Amino acid sequence: MRTNSMIMEVKDFSFTYAGASAPSLKRINLPIEKNKITALIGPSGCGKSTLLRSMNRIHDLYPGNTYEGEIRLYDHREEIENILNIKKENDFIRLRQAVGMIFQKPTPFPMSIYDNVAYGLKLAGIKNKGEIEGRVEKALQDAAIWEETKDRLRESAMGLSGGQQQRLCIARAVALKPDVLLFDEPTSALDPISTGAIEELIAELKKDVSVVIVTHNMQQASRLSNYTAFMYLGDLIEYGETDKIFLNPSVKLTEDYITGRFG
Amino acid sequence: MGGKLFKNFSFLSATLSFFILIGIFAVLFQYAQAALHEFGIDFLYSESWEVDEDDEGGLFGGWIPIVGTLLSTLIAMAIAIPLAMGIAIFLTEIAHEKLVKPVSVAIELLAAIPSIIYGMWGLFYFAPIVQSTVGGDGVGLLTAGIVLAIMIIPFMAAITRDAMNTVPPVLKESAYAMGATTFEVVKDVVMPYAKGGIIGSIILALGRALGETMAVAFLIGSVMSIPSRITDPTTSIPVLLANNFAEAQDLEISAMYYLALILFVVSFALISLAKFYFFGRKTV
Repeated sequence: MRTNSMIMEVKDFSFTYAGASAPSLKRINLPIEKNKITALIGPSGCGKSTLLRSMNRIHDLYPGNTYEGEIRLYDHREEIENILNIKKENDFIRLRQAVGMIFQKPTPFPMSIYDNVAYGLKLAGIKNKGEIEGRVEKALQDAAIWEETKDRLRESAMGLSGGQQQRLCIARAVALKPDVLLFDEPTSALDPISTGAIEELIAELKKDVSVVIVTHNMQQASRLSNYTAFMYLGDLIEYGETDKIFLNPSVKLTEDYITGRFG
Repeated sequence: MGGKLFKNFSFLSATLSFFILIGIFAVLFQYAQAALHEFGIDFLYSESWEVDEDDEGGLFGGWIPIVGTLLSTLIAMAIAIPLAMGIAIFLTEIAHEKLVKPVSVAIELLAAIPSIIYGMWGLFYFAPIVQSTVGGDGVGLLTAGIVLAIMIIPFMAAITRDAMNTVPPVLKESAYAMGATTFEVVKDVVMPYAKGGIIGSIILALGRALGETMAVAFLIGSVMSIPSRITDPTTSIPVLLANNFAEAQDLEISAMYYLALILFVVSFALISLAKFYFFGRKTV
């Protein structure tokens, strides 16, 4: 039953950074449920960002990393694909347009607000101006930033505030209609109000996409996510429904971390 | 007590450079007076450069060296810009880590070679190659332009590489994460982000090419004529000054100061423009 509800699945996945002697991730098994929010928590250096960055193979920008196991992507055609087998540039592009990513710091490109959102669409080969225009507007609306930007679409995205820039980055990712969005501590550089806006937005997004979020903020994980995975020193210690992990964890280590005894 | 002395000393040192600049300009301007009065603005587009032996005057115009300077610099820039950009992109985005260091060091060493060595190499080794492939006399506009390009490429590539290295890795990652290829990341993210530094490096290299004397003196042919083909020999402002200064007298000297003043003003304007771009980059 479970397989049908999954969008991605990490199976026996191990990861070793270039030049490192020990693996940073050890035989990770993790399902990513469709249209749900999965949070990865754990202390610094536990490998949660490493795992996230494996899920769109962004690690491959830096040569020499090695990995074993499988990360499966069940795309909308219900085809199963082990993304670790991808070798051709075209397939990487397809993967990264299906699995989007939002980074710790807002990363607007040095171009206008409109072009930032249209950029991915143009990369995807969409040439029809009307279609691009429509999808840009839709994406900006979906990312709850349309009202603030509709009169200044041609202005540089660098002029937006940090929170607005981050929502622009989300709009940019959403415009591609990805299956999965990976958030790498998306609010760690933002003030509480902007953080609230981003959280609301992520909760809203799960209607259309599946979300994986890495966070240092335990409240954020418990507020936002449906499932939580706790990682420690490269191992996945416990995975389950968020309520269960936070209220009644079955592993002592998880409980210690959640109650703030270390980390 | 010592603090005050030190403060005054450093203030003096700092203002000295400013006075030297003013001083050079004033001297150039003053010595050029005779030629300025005699020829006025017509100097800029008069082709003649003839000494009248009897009354120590003559008819002088800057058109040929000005054209020679501009054309040789233009050829150099046309060759250097794409190659320097290619080197910088290769070093920042494509090359394997192990290759970056040695190539970077090699480029910095190339930038440190004295220009006379480029001139000698150009004259004895490169000019015959140019002659046998495109014709002409070997020395001429094209040879000078190509060797000038080789001289300014390392400098331009090094500054452009530094500018491109300031692009935050996460910005590039986020472009890759949207499915951009390396080419698209360079074109849409790296180049626009580093634009200020890239333009600055081009202008600084341009200033260097305009003022280069030794290598160009070896290679441009030092002939007072407007080139009709790209391989023809001609002359440039610094070359003319270096070749004729020792024997010149009176009005010819003044005419040379006039040329020097033109070169000074153009170079100064270009460097100011470059500084403006560098400064502009910091405030963004």
